[in-house]
Amino acid sequence: MDETIGAEPRRRGLWGRLTLRQKQVIWAWGFLAIPIVFYSVVRFWPTIDAFYLSFTKWNLLQPPDFIGLDNYRRMFADPQFWQVFRNTFLYLIIGTPVSLLLSFTIAYHLDRVRFMHGLIRALYFLPYLTTAAVMAWVWRWFYQPAPVGLINDMLSMVGLPQQPFLRSTVQALPAVLAPAVWAGLGFQIVIFMAGLRAIPTSYYEAARIDGVSNWTILTRITLPLLKPTFVFLVVFASIAFLRIFDQVYNMTTNDPGGPLNSTKPLVLMIYQSAFNSFDMGYAAAQTVVLFLVLLVISLVQLTVLRDR
Amino acid sequence: MRRLRDIIGGSLIALGIAVSGAGSAQAVEIEYWQYVFDTRVKAMNRLIEEFQAANPGITVKHTTFPYADYQTKVIASASAGIGPDVVQLFYGWLDLFVNAKLVQPLPKDTFPTEAIEKDFFPIVQAMKRNGEYYALPTAVRSLALFYNKKLFQEAGLDPAKPPQTLTELLDAAKKTVKMESGNMVSAGITMDMAGQDHQWWREVLVRQYGGVPYSDDYRKVTYNDKAGADALKFYTDLQTSEKVGQMGFMDEGQAAFRAGRAAMTIDGTFRIGSFKTIKDFEWGVAELPANAEGMRSNYASYWTNAITAKAKGEKLEAAKKFLAFVSSPKAMELWLDAVGELPARREVAQKPQYMNDPVYGPFLKALDYSKVTLFVDEQAQRQITMDMTNRVLIQGQEPQAAVDQAAKEEQALIDRVAK
Repeated sequence: MDETIGAEPRRRGLWGRLTLRQKQVIWAWGFLAIPIVFYSVVRFWPTIDAFYLSFTKWNLLQPPDFIGLDNYRRMFADPQFWQVFRNTFLYLIIGTPVSLLLSFTIAYHLDRVRFMHGLIRALYFLPYLTTAAVMAWVWRWFYQPAPVGLINDMLSMVGLPQQPFLRSTVQALPAVLAPAVWAGLGFQIVIFMAGLRAIPTSYYEAARIDGVSNWTILTRITLPLLKPTFVFLVVFASIAFLRIFDQVYNMTTNDPGGPLNSTKPLVLMIYQSAFNSFDMGYAAAQTVVLFLVLLVISLVQLTVLRDR
Repeated sequence: MRRLRDIIGGSLIALGIAVSGAGSAQAVEIEYWQYVFDTRVKAMNRLIEEFQAANPGITVKHTTFPYADYQTKVIASASAGIGPDVVQLFYGWLDLFVNAKLVQPLPKDTFPTEAIEKDFFPIVQAMKRNGEYYALPTAVRSLALFYNKKLFQEAGLDPAKPPQTLTELLDAAKKTVKMESGNMVSAGITMDMAGQDHQWWREVLVRQYGGVPYSDDYRKVTYNDKAGADALKFYTDLQTSEKVGQMGFMDEGQAAFRAGRAAMTIDGTFRIGSFKTIKDFEWGVAELPANAEGMRSNYASYWTNAITAKAKGEKLEAAKKFLAFVSSPKAMELWLDAVGELPARREVAQKPQYMNDPVYGPFLKALDYSKVTLFVDEQAQRQITMDMTNRVLIQGQEPQAAVDQAAKEEQALIDRVAK
C-alpha cells in the first residue's frame, strides 16, 4: 500500500478517497434508491396527493377546487356511506373468523391424512388460483332461482323453500362472501399446514408420554405455538376482506353493490365515485377513511396478538 | 473544418425546407378517437378510406380504446391537453366537455343551424348549447319490443301480430309465461332495470300514464306524481301481481330472451346484432306498445362526434371536412348496413327500403317521437331508478312513496352535479 502513496492520489479522485465502509454504504443506497424512488413515485406521492384531493372538488377536467371539509361533511351525512361502511365491516367480521376457523379445521385434519394428501391439498388450493371474476360469474348462476340455479334446485329437491340469495337485501352479502371465503381458503390452509409442520414433534411426543388428551394437546401446544401464523393470517385476511371488490363487482355487475346497496363495500363506492361519477375529491375522501380504517385495524391487531 | 460545418449547415437547412415544404403541400394529419366495437371500427375504417380518397392531403389517424376505459381515457387525455382532433362522445357527456371548454362549437359555415334542424331528427337538438351545435351523430339508437315468434305460436298467439298496446302486452305476457311447480321456467316479458327498462319507465311509461318525467331542460325531476307512481305500479305489477316476469330471471333480460326463455324483451338497436345469431327460433320486432289512447313514446340515444378545442388552423379545416363526411347521408347508409345503427338524418331513415324493413322499421318509426334524456350522470340516475323499483319489489314499499324518494334523491344529484 505504501508504495502507491504519492503517485496514486491524483488519479483516484473523490471515489478513491472514500473508505471501504463508505463505499459499501453508497453501493447499498445506490441499489436501494431504485425501489425507494419507485415507491415514492407510484405509492407514497399518490397517497399524500389523495389526502390533498380529499379537500377539493375535482372532475378531472377542470383544475381541483379547494373546498375544505365539504367532502367529509357530505360523506358523513350520506346514508349510503354509512350503509357501505357497515357492509365493509360485515365482510370483515363475518369473513375473517369464518375463513380462519374453516381453514384451521381443514389444515388440522388434513395434516393427519396420508391418503391422497397431495391431491386433497391441491383441490383446496385450486380456487385460490382461479380468477375471481370467473368464479363470481359461476356462483352468480348457482344462486339463480330454480330451475336455472343449482343451489335452489337442490333446495327444492329436498323440499326446502326457494331462497332469493342475490335478490335479497339480507342474504346477498353472505351470498357474495361465500365464494370469497372459499377462494381464500386454499392459501390459508397451506400457511396453517406450514405452521403445524414447524412445531417440533418432540413436544407432542412428550405430551403423549404424559398421557394428555388430544384436546389438551390442541389447546396447550398446537394453538399457542401457532400464534405467529394466526397473527399473520388474521392481518392478511382482514385487509383482504376490507378491500373486497372483485367478487362483489362481478356478482352484481348489473346493479353494482346491490340490491339497494346491501353488498356494496367501501372500495366499490370509491370506484363508482371516481370512475363513474368522476367525483375525484369525494372518492379521495372515502379513500382517506379506508386508509385510516386499515391502519387502525392493523395496529390494533398487531398489538393485541403480539407476543408478550 | 469550416467547410465541413458549411456543408452540414447547408444540408440541414435544405432538409428543413424540404420537410416543411412537404408539410404544407400535403399531409395534414388529424386524429379520431372512438371505442372498440368490431363493426364500428371496421365501418369507420371504410369511411376513413373513402374520405382520404376524396380529400388527398388529409390523413385521419383512427385510435380506439376498450369501451370500459373509453370515458376515463378521453377525459384524462383531454384534460392533459393531448388527444384527438375529432372525438366520439356519448351524448350525455356533452355538458362535461362543453363546460370544460374541451370541444368547440361546430363552425356555422360548414354546419348551419337551420340545416341541422331541418335534416336531422329532433333528438339531435340535445347537442345544442346557447344556440350553438357542438356535435353531430352518424347514427342513433332507439328502443323496441323484441318477441319470440315460436313462443307466441305455442301460446296460440299470432306471430305476425305483436302487441300494440300496454293491455295487449300484458295479455300476451300472461299467455306466454311458463311456470313449473311454482317456478318460472320462461318469462312472459323480461324485467331488467339495469338494461333498458329504466329508460322505458322514465321516458315511455311515465308519459303514457299522463306524466312528464323532467322539466324541459331535465334539471328538475317531475315524475313524483300519480302518473309516475302508476307507471311504476304497472311495471312492478308484472312481477308482484301478474307474475309474468321476474327481476333477475336468467340474470339478464337479453340472456333470457336469447336462451328462448322469455317471450318478450325491450331492448335497443344495439342488440340486433347479437340477436341475429340466434338459431333456435325466429323473432320479430315491434314498436313499443302504445297506451290506451294510442300515445307512444320512446327513448333515443346516440354517440356523437365533436371537434376538440385543440384543432386549429388547417387541422380545424380538415376536422370540419371529416365531421361533415361522417355525418353525410352516404356515411349513414354505410353505418346502418355495417353496424346496424339508425341514420340520424330524416332523408336517409325514411327511405322505403329502411322504413319497411321488418327489423329496422319499428326502431325508425320511433325516431320521430323519441325523447333524449339529458342525464347529468347516467349510471347514478339509473341506479336511483333501479333502487326505486327494488324497494317496491323487495321491501314492499308503496309505489308512490318509492317515486317520491327516488325523485328527491335524483333532484339532489342533479343539483349537485349541474350547479
